[in-house]
Amino acid sequence: MNSSRWLPLVVFAGLALLLGAGVWMSRNPDRDALPSPLVGRQAPAFRLPALHEPQRMVTLAELKGQPFLLNVWGSWCVECRVEHPVLTRFAETRRVRVVGYNWKDEPADALRWLAQYGNPYWLVLSDVAGGSAIDWGIYGAPESFLVDGRGIVRWKHVGPLTDKVIASELMPALHTMASTR
Amino acid sequence: MHLVLAALLWLACSCAYAQANAQADAAPLQFRSASEQARFHGLAAELRCVMCQNQSLADSNALIALSLRREVLDLMRAGRTDRQIKDFLVSRYGEFVLYKPRVAASTWLLWLGPGALLLVGAGVVAKLLRRRKPAPATPDDDAQEW
Repeated sequence: MNSSRWLPLVVFAGLALLLGAGVWMSRNPDRDALPSPLVGRQAPAFRLPALHEPQRMVTLAELKGQPFLLNVWGSWCVECRVEHPVLTRFAETRRVRVVGYNWKDEPADALRWLAQYGNPYWLVLSDVAGGSAIDWGIYGAPESFLVDGRGIVRWKHVGPLTDKVIASELMPALHTMASTR
Repeated sequence: MHLVLAALLWLACSCAYAQANAQADAAPLQFRSASEQARFHGLAAELRCVMCQNQSLADSNALIALSLRREVLDLMRAGRTDRQIKDFLVSRYGEFVLYKPRVAASTWLLWLGPGALLLVGAGVVAKLLRRRKPAPATPDDDAQEW
């Protein structure tokens, strides 16, 4: 009979534990970022003009052979300006090619943006209509994909890159890629 | 004078162009028939907007929701079934785009959890009820003055 006296307390403790776990699991500020089903799979094929030479079409096959970091941005994207100095610093280490993916942007605006803030990119692809972006599962800017030399997506980050994200996620991903190549 | 005129003309043109562009992006989708519209709305309501995650694709005004609505309509017109369209989006954006997740090994807990909890609760209630001895009828105690 004694056990039923403790029942409410046990139930309460169970609930508290459940809610506590909920709070604990939501501690990550990037909790809204969707895990990409592309990670571990072949990157989607595309054929997009280069921003600086609109008549030149670039395909995934051309980029294969060496890994690259695909960074989605737009001149309309506020967070991209926050990310820009971080990305520039990373690009200057020449650890990996940084390819820009100019998404839903007017090329003229994009070029002005790069002229104003500096161009950290090795190459910029221009996807004005956003058609190929759907194949990549892009849903906002900035987003970054790490693609290895065989064209397999190894890592994705939604939201601006920070020094912390680079140190704790991107660099380890690059290391594992280098060791398993 | 000619220069000013030309400049004005150019300005007017570029403004018109910019407006046309904005309108093309914001223009509501044109449906060919009522059945197409009904099918589209049914499908869009079952898909979640990936940007603003508590809205359906049908409700959201986010840039990406607009593109995806267009894509869904294009796929419908290309003759894809609802199932194929959902597969298309899931393979790009993940299971998250489905408001009604599929029954798979990873979603068993989600699908069966509530039922299992209900069973556990029913079990607890049944046990408590069985353990409770039938209460003796309250004795009539007329002597008491309440």
